[in-house]
Amino acid sequence: MTAAVSTGTGVTRQADADPQRPTTDVAPAKGRGGRPATRILVTGILVVVAVYFLVPVYWVVIAATKTTDDLFGTNGFWFGNSFALFDNIAAVFSYDGGIFWRWLGNSVLYAGLGAVVATYLAAAGGYALAKYAFRGRNLIFGLVLGGVLVPGTATALPLFLLFSQLGLANTYWSVLIPSLVSPFGFFLCRIYADSTVDNSLVEAARIDGAGELRIFHTIGLRIMTPALVTVLLFQIVGIWNNYFLPLVMLSDQELYPITLGLNNWRAQTDRLPEFYELTTGGVLLSVIPLAVAMIVLQRFWRGGLTEGAVKA
Amino acid sequence: MSTQTAPTTPGTTRRPAAGRSPSRRTVVNRAPWILVSPFLVLFVLTFVLPILVAVGQSFTSVTRAGLFGEEGVTSRFAWFENYRLVLEDGNFVASIWRMFLFGVVQVPVMIVAATVLALLLESASSRWPGFFRATYFLPYGIPGVIATILWSFLYVPGLSPIIDVSEKLFGYTPDFLGAGTVLWSIANIVTWTYAGYNMLIIVAQLKAIPTELYEAARVDGAGPWRTATSIQLPLIRPALVLTTVFSIIGTLQLFAEPQLLKTVSPAIDSQYTPNLSAYTTAFAYNDYNLAAAQSVLIALVAFALSFLFLRLTNRSSR
Repeated sequence: MTAAVSTGTGVTRQADADPQRPTTDVAPAKGRGGRPATRILVTGILVVVAVYFLVPVYWVVIAATKTTDDLFGTNGFWFGNSFALFDNIAAVFSYDGGIFWRWLGNSVLYAGLGAVVATYLAAAGGYALAKYAFRGRNLIFGLVLGGVLVPGTATALPLFLLFSQLGLANTYWSVLIPSLVSPFGFFLCRIYADSTVDNSLVEAARIDGAGELRIFHTIGLRIMTPALVTVLLFQIVGIWNNYFLPLVMLSDQELYPITLGLNNWRAQTDRLPEFYELTTGGVLLSVIPLAVAMIVLQRFWRGGLTEGAVKA
Repeated sequence: MSTQTAPTTPGTTRRPAAGRSPSRRTVVNRAPWILVSPFLVLFVLTFVLPILVAVGQSFTSVTRAGLFGEEGVTSRFAWFENYRLVLEDGNFVASIWRMFLFGVVQVPVMIVAATVLALLLESASSRWPGFFRATYFLPYGIPGVIATILWSFLYVPGLSPIIDVSEKLFGYTPDFLGAGTVLWSIANIVTWTYAGYNMLIIVAQLKAIPTELYEAARVDGAGPWRTATSIQLPLIRPALVLTTVFSIIGTLQLFAEPQLLKTVSPAIDSQYTPNLSAYTTAFAYNDYNLAAAQSVLIALVAFALSFLFLRLTNRSSR
């Protein structure tokens, strides 16, 4: 037992070197199956926890089918007297000249474009730091590492001051530009390039006459793909869920991402109850694509995140 | 980390410079800068400059001459005047302590829950692990704002089916939005959102443990409990450290949840969390200098706490 534990460091290093190792189905003690009593108990616990995670989502699915009267007059966990789901959804789409679509499009733009560019820049930077020795490289790494630990909201206010001086506040750029930078992605890419992109491979490409940038684009990016997927997903979710930055930057409703827009509707519910229907319908519509994306993408959410910590 | 040897040791000629590219060495010397500079420029613009601006602002005091500042505005270097004002502001200091209390309870609860869930999912006794893993991870994709809207509907009397059910079954009316409870209602939202995400990081690390270790443990006669405490927990330590540090940073940033719940809970004021405080100072009072000082302090506290935690865990592992 003790011998097994003491090999711990060796183990993590091995996992690092080969992150694509097909480990998916080697759950401990597979085949033994566990005793039926344990199995029922464990499954029971997992079901109860699953109910906790699903209750709010279930509630909004039900709520979106109700009129405001039913929302307050009938049991929240079951359908009301009327079935107004399609009316509510139609109202969400048509309200204020279809501004919901606009918000959705903005979110897709911020998160999609921002995450793709951020991933590419982080990959290039991380690769450069891992594969070249040059003056200032440790300084850059230290600086960026500090950036990982600085809370995002701490920079949002000063960023607003800076951007308003540059005339960038309340434009698409004010949300997009900060989304292009992922210190964490940079950190992760450096670690990953360090341990997976083989120096002899780079050297061989050089001897074949490939330029440095070409080596990065053809060899580096391809080998780093697993880490890039992690960075991309991380950044998409981060931008999509960001609230503080757009709140600080934007005053024009037309530029709002979906989070700000829906909160705008919710804030009007206490004066105008019909906004309840819009809010629950809008929340439902915005949760569905994300829920599907999470369920599909969670398999890609591999060890990439922890590799950094293991090495650091 | 820095043990790796870079391919381009200055001074070594990699290959006899074939006439085709005489300036090969300069190309190699320039390449890393071409690769790193787009990131670096944007990093300086969005991280370094704002921090410098914030620090600069936090040491500046602006006075407006005349009743409405119509006779001009003068700014001067104020040393630690703004910091003194911030630290004398009882509400701001209280908001930091509130976040300490929040973090001391919520972070361990969430990390322990995430670890237990990960171990259960990876144990042989669990059924449909894929389904449960996806279900637990789902809330992470729901923005904090949307999550808060969802939960606020479940907290508000009259709308909440939970309160209805509790009244019918136990004759007890829970108050989720009162002065003593709303902090934990926020903690619930945060836990709901991030527990599954942290669980997934831990699961990823558990999957990296080679099967041989489990087999060795079984040969030695270790049961599931012994396997968990002697093999799995020590080996997922890096994941636990990482998730805890991110959770500590996240706690100090708490903003969307209290800001939204403020409209339904009178217990939340505009200085309930440090970030809410800074936001209010900047946009309700238009005092950017004071707000900058608050932002700098929040960042410093977050930095210090994560650093402290990393030091503590490093020491105890030796």
